[in-house]
Amino acid sequence: MSGNMNLTLKVWRQKNKNAEGKLVNYQVKDISPDMSFLEMIDVLNEQLIVKGDEPIAFDHDCREGICGMCSLYINGRPHGPKDRITTCQLHMRSFEDGQTITIEPWRAASFPIVKDLVVDRSAFDRIIASGGYVSVNTGNAQDANSLPIGKEDADLSFAAAACIGCGACVAACKNASAMLFVSAKVSQLALLPQGQPERYLRVHNMVAKMDEEGFGNCTNTGACEAECPKGISLSNIARMNRDYFVAGIASDN
Amino acid sequence: MSNSSSMFKSSLGKKLVMGITGLFLISFLMVHCFLNSLIFINDGGETFNLGAEFMAKNWLIRAMEIVLFGGLLWHIIQAAILTRQNKKARPVAYAASNPSANSKWYSRSMGLLGTILLIFLIIHLRHFWVVSRFTDEITSGRETLFNEMKEVFSQLWVVVLYCLAMVSLGYHLLHGFKSAFQTLGWNHVKYNAIIEKTGMIISIVLPVLFAAMPIAIYMGLIK
Repeated sequence: MSGNMNLTLKVWRQKNKNAEGKLVNYQVKDISPDMSFLEMIDVLNEQLIVKGDEPIAFDHDCREGICGMCSLYINGRPHGPKDRITTCQLHMRSFEDGQTITIEPWRAASFPIVKDLVVDRSAFDRIIASGGYVSVNTGNAQDANSLPIGKEDADLSFAAAACIGCGACVAACKNASAMLFVSAKVSQLALLPQGQPERYLRVHNMVAKMDEEGFGNCTNTGACEAECPKGISLSNIARMNRDYFVAGIASDN
Repeated sequence: MSNSSSMFKSSLGKKLVMGITGLFLISFLMVHCFLNSLIFINDGGETFNLGAEFMAKNWLIRAMEIVLFGGLLWHIIQAAILTRQNKKARPVAYAASNPSANSKWYSRSMGLLGTILLIFLIIHLRHFWVVSRFTDEITSGRETLFNEMKEVFSQLWVVVLYCLAMVSLGYHLLHGFKSAFQTLGWNHVKYNAIIEKTGMIISIVLPVLFAAMPIAIYMGLIK
């Protein structure tokens, strides 16, 4: 079919967490520009399986940009060359025929490689478990609007809650810092009345867990915000900082 | 659990220190720049020497000098600790990296720019601070700081070095000023534009004025 592409891929292959990894070259032929990036890897994996080689391991789940599973550092950028997009939503028409594409896993001490392009992001889960929740007995569902919330706060909270925990912020940051992720998870609750009772304890515990997990420190380069597929704002980091300093200075717990 | 001392050990607390000491150092730069700009009155250094003498004899300024060195050291040490932690957080580098797609080069190069400034600062302190404090040339009144300035800036390599250092300073401040406000939690639609503009003005005006001093003296414009 005309318009289809032939590409050279440089893919990070690593047997397991402790093995040495390296970039391996692959050729893929006749790739449709309408394929998603992950479908292109599927095609390559079919080839590898037919040849009796080990297919490339990579994370994916919903393939519609909302689950946060797909990762991949493509040609020097998390989720590839387009802004506000996950890898599953990236199409091959964003590349050119004959192009060489380098595909690497997220690189961070806190995200150890499981295999090939799959990294262990459970450090994020442990940060959530350290405070990213509200302790309430839910009981029956309340009537809608029984708890008034200002429109602006509701919108800001919703925008923070759009974080899918994919880890692109950590991957993009030159310091492998997780501040954008943690600040989104702190902010989504700090902006709502339900989040108030545990507001300062939450930010203290989540920041402590983030540090313990070995993520780097924020230098405000803004790379995280620029690469976030959900457009999480840096203002969340400022909010987290404010809450954290208030917790350190004024909170008695 | 949450107390102020544990706060300063955290990543956010260390950042807070960077921001506060950074803004404090900028406030020093403003005073320093204002006083030194007195040479542009071009009165043979008379006003400038008066200013220098006032600064040398005022006990409050002397006390602030100690605070200033403390703040500078804290800024440098904290930066070194943070940089080490940040390197540790990504032990394996990317094979292909395109950082200019998502951030400004100077925001990623604060350590390099700061190191250039530190090297400059050591030479700069040797040129003026050591001479004015620890030799009796100036304290005895036999020599003035203005004459010292004219002598130092008669060397071309010094003028070039000072100008290069001021380029570093400009970019360091361009990121540092607004970054400090973000770290302090001061990110608000009402103020972001003014913080950005103020930072831009400071990081252009201060280095340009500072660089103009050695250039003007070298070219003989200041008599």
